[in-house]
Amino acid sequence: MDKLIHQFELGLFFWQVLLFVGLIFLLKKFAWKPILDAVNDREEGIKNALLSAENARKEMQNLQADNQRILQEARMERDNMLKDAREIKEKMIADSKTEAQAQGLQMIEQAKAAIESEKNAAMAELKLQVSTLSLSIAEKLLKEELSNKEAQTKLVEKMLGDVKLN
Amino acid sequence: MVISNRPLRFIIATFVACLPLMSFANPEVDSVKVNTEMAHEVTEGSHEGAHAEPTDVKSKIKAFIGHHVLDSHDFTFFSDEVEGKHYGFSLPVILWDNGLQVFSSSRFEHGEAVAESNGNFYQINHHDGKVYKLDSADGKITENEETGYPTNIRPIDFSITKTVLSIMIASLLMFLLFTGLAKSYAKNKGIASGPGRIFEPIVLYIRDEIAIPNIGEKHYKKYMSYLLTIFFFVLFLNIFGLMPFGINVTGNLTITFALAIMTFLITNLTANKNYWGHIFWMPGVPKVMRIVLAPIELLGIFIKPFSLMIRLYANIFAGHIVLMSIIGLMFIFKSWLGSSLSFGLSFVLSILEILVAFLQAYIFTMLSALYFGSAVEEHHHEEAH
Repeated sequence: MDKLIHQFELGLFFWQVLLFVGLIFLLKKFAWKPILDAVNDREEGIKNALLSAENARKEMQNLQADNQRILQEARMERDNMLKDAREIKEKMIADSKTEAQAQGLQMIEQAKAAIESEKNAAMAELKLQVSTLSLSIAEKLLKEELSNKEAQTKLVEKMLGDVKLN
Repeated sequence: MVISNRPLRFIIATFVACLPLMSFANPEVDSVKVNTEMAHEVTEGSHEGAHAEPTDVKSKIKAFIGHHVLDSHDFTFFSDEVEGKHYGFSLPVILWDNGLQVFSSSRFEHGEAVAESNGNFYQINHHDGKVYKLDSADGKITENEETGYPTNIRPIDFSITKTVLSIMIASLLMFLLFTGLAKSYAKNKGIASGPGRIFEPIVLYIRDEIAIPNIGEKHYKKYMSYLLTIFFFVLFLNIFGLMPFGINVTGNLTITFALAIMTFLITNLTANKNYWGHIFWMPGVPKVMRIVLAPIELLGIFIKPFSLMIRLYANIFAGHIVLMSIIGLMFIFKSWLGSSLSFGLSFVLSILEILVAFLQAYIFTMLSALYFGSAVEEHHHEEAH
């Protein structure tokens, strides 16, 4: 212990304290503060960059999900539209079918009615002609009767044959 | 800060610039001599002890190691025993002895001569390497018979010794490295470049693994400058000590004392109410125990930095002694087997010393951070105890 104390040197102690304290302050000003600040800044920068990358990734995911959703929606809409169109088409076909049927029926009905009326008119005409013919025959017969009995009969037969041909 | 940075920087810059002017180069440096006897290089340190010339190799090695671990007034890389030459350079001696006495250490002639300055005579004691005042030019250093220490007057020695020069070089190196690192961030968009970048992970390690866990997120910032400076200071000087310049700074008690007392002062000057409360009136224990605990805790305040001082000093000091003893064994064996064995052993030990250099720097910083942490800790006694 005595030897250790004897080793102590005041001048050396003075220099050591002076140089060391000077070194601390010099390095603090010119080295440690800038170094630690730069390192801190860099660490902050890395942290921020990681955070923003994470955010970007999340945003990307959101965007992708959105896209997916929009696509899904569009697909559904398209399907709906197609379905609607098909339905409309079917409905239109069905509608037109029924309408056409109704119209056809109506036309048939009309045709029938027209045929009926035509027929009636033809019958009426025929009846009229038959009656006129019968009258003319009767008239002629009467005239023939009055002149030649035989010729009259012949005429009647001939006329009757004509009627049949008619 | 009381002194603004600019003048301080200027003073240090001027000081470093003046160093070569103050220390007169040893003329022997210039002489180109090939040293053939390698063995003498190591044993040569004993040459300083001109009074008691050790003759055998063992005591020469012992004396060399003894001188190596002490501070020295000149910077000797190696010396030649046969020709009595020392390869290195002189350093300025600054003494406070009724006024400032400044002269070059070359006047001591490596401890062999009496230096004269303004009518005062000084000599280096070969036992402790310190400067003592002599009565006259023919005076001798007289030793106390009981303690063995010299009885001569010691002037206050502000010399730029080998240790002080090493601290200056390490400080300059640290300053250049870390300001370079700091500047590279701005230049390189927040990414370190240049030679300082090797230390960036260590800076981060000290912040994340030493300061924040021990001091806490809230207070750690104000201690960071001290912790970083002390870590690199101790580390650099530990590594310097392992380089072949024969520097031993962190194995010097005065240096570790200065470092420990700074940790002590910072701890106690920044301590909060809670810290003092735990020392003088320990909460959560019976009243009688509190009275008993107070002196123990008070003693603890001083024991903590004392242990810091002794731990660093002893580790580095012992490392140097052991390493140099094993290197010295080579010259004792002087056989190819023994010498190569001790070479291998010293190689392995050097690697171990590199580990110790890092470990001791880490431990000093870690414990300082721990003490700072206890000084600013905010307890909630009711829950904690």
